[in-house]
Amino acid sequence: MRKTCLTLIGIFILFALAFSQPADTASGNYHNRRLKLEETNLVSGYYQQEGNHSAITGGIGTQNLTDVSNVIQLRFVKWDAKDRKRFFDAEFGLDHHTSASMAWISKTGASNTGSTRIYPSLNWKTENESNGTTIGWGVSLSNEYHYKSLGANLNFAKTSPNRNREFSGRLQVYLDKVRMLLPSELQPAPTVVTVGGISSASRGGRSSGPSSYTVWNTTSGASGNIWVVGEPRNTVNASLTYSQIINKQLQISLTSEAVAQQGYLGLPFHRVYLNDGSVHVEKLPDTRIKIPVAARINFFAGDRFIFRGYYRFYTDSWGINAHSASLEIPVKIGSFLSIAPFHRFHVQSAARYFAPFEIHTAKSTYYTSNFDLSAFTSRYTGVNIRLAPPAGISYKLHLASMELRAGHYVQTTGLTGNAVTINLTFK
Amino acid sequence: MIRQTITQLGLIAVCLLGMISCASVKPYQKGKLNDSEMALSSRRTERLDINIQSYREGASGANGGRAGGGCGCN
Repeated sequence: MRKTCLTLIGIFILFALAFSQPADTASGNYHNRRLKLEETNLVSGYYQQEGNHSAITGGIGTQNLTDVSNVIQLRFVKWDAKDRKRFFDAEFGLDHHTSASMAWISKTGASNTGSTRIYPSLNWKTENESNGTTIGWGVSLSNEYHYKSLGANLNFAKTSPNRNREFSGRLQVYLDKVRMLLPSELQPAPTVVTVGGISSASRGGRSSGPSSYTVWNTTSGASGNIWVVGEPRNTVNASLTYSQIINKQLQISLTSEAVAQQGYLGLPFHRVYLNDGSVHVEKLPDTRIKIPVAARINFFAGDRFIFRGYYRFYTDSWGINAHSASLEIPVKIGSFLSIAPFHRFHVQSAARYFAPFEIHTAKSTYYTSNFDLSAFTSRYTGVNIRLAPPAGISYKLHLASMELRAGHYVQTTGLTGNAVTINLTFK
Repeated sequence: MIRQTITQLGLIAVCLLGMISCASVKPYQKGKLNDSEMALSSRRTERLDINIQSYREGASGANGGRAGGGCGCN
């Protein structure tokens, strides 16, 4: 009897210890306040496309292109004196593309076909867990040899006390400068002045497009490159997102965005052939308003299947209306591997300024033969594989997870493309 | 035309939201919602796809990518 009593008391004490609450360090308000590198991401991608509707050659000609992109993202975290979590993200991107159609900026096909773009950015964010608010801002830069873009953004988010819904907003501004080549046959004859071996000249006035030029080193280049100097393209972009948890397996978000662009919105080396056989540079309005509205819905079915749905309606002031919808179904193979086949469908109407090769007339105020602005449908199909073991992939390398995505893109214009992207996350 | 379409879409969205009843989900019930595959945002590996689509298609935005700025010349 005594043994039984002692055993029962022992079991009771064990249970009491097992269910006793441990000290809550999170609510104890202690956080290490040193700046810490929380996560590093390497994202590399390769894209290749083929087609026969290049805008550079007026809607006919090769669109063959390859692009290699690499991005490194560093995320630092720090807790401040008021116990707010601060995020500091630094990013550096480097792309290089080779485009066959770029050669035909020059009529002889002798122009440079390659271009490199660098795009660093810095972002700050402060998250106040006690009142559920997040405020952030950032700056970005993108530089190609013929294009510069300077960006800034402000963002905020407010989470409900039970963290089941969130409302967020973002304001972005981009100040861009287009500095691109004119097709060789459309270059005005410049007066080249050579001083000390450096050639330069200037010339003003033209029937359409930008109003001034500066000519750089036309004596040496086979293409006789002429730059359009400093044509601005400014963009303001405001977006609002509302996300809501519906139940234990379902959550949705709605995003509405308004984009206003002003400035030189065409590209000087895009040719347009009119029905009389004459050639011109594409001419587009200097303002454009875009309104995309999108919804996401994510549903966890059972223990293995997740349905990630996305739909976007888009309309703009150039007459394009578009619907894009995608469905991705990650299937969990064990606790750390998921394989997600996906399919995206897109349909759009043409911009009112678009017509193919030799269809535009001289009466048109605006004209382009850029097939990106034509009516078409496109499909993008592929798979996303994610490997994220709880203990990481490699302890020595601090490699926490790995993701691979590959897809095949088809347009009804005849354009096809293939893309592969890999993301390595180090912690 | 644009205004009409937006109004119609807005009404549909409001109706859909009204039809869905939201349950109060406690933090300990969010195991599935907190799964990385359930994030209500695009993946990092989608970044290149979104760039390509914004260059090759007339529509862009509302997907985490840029809706303006940048060249996309080719």
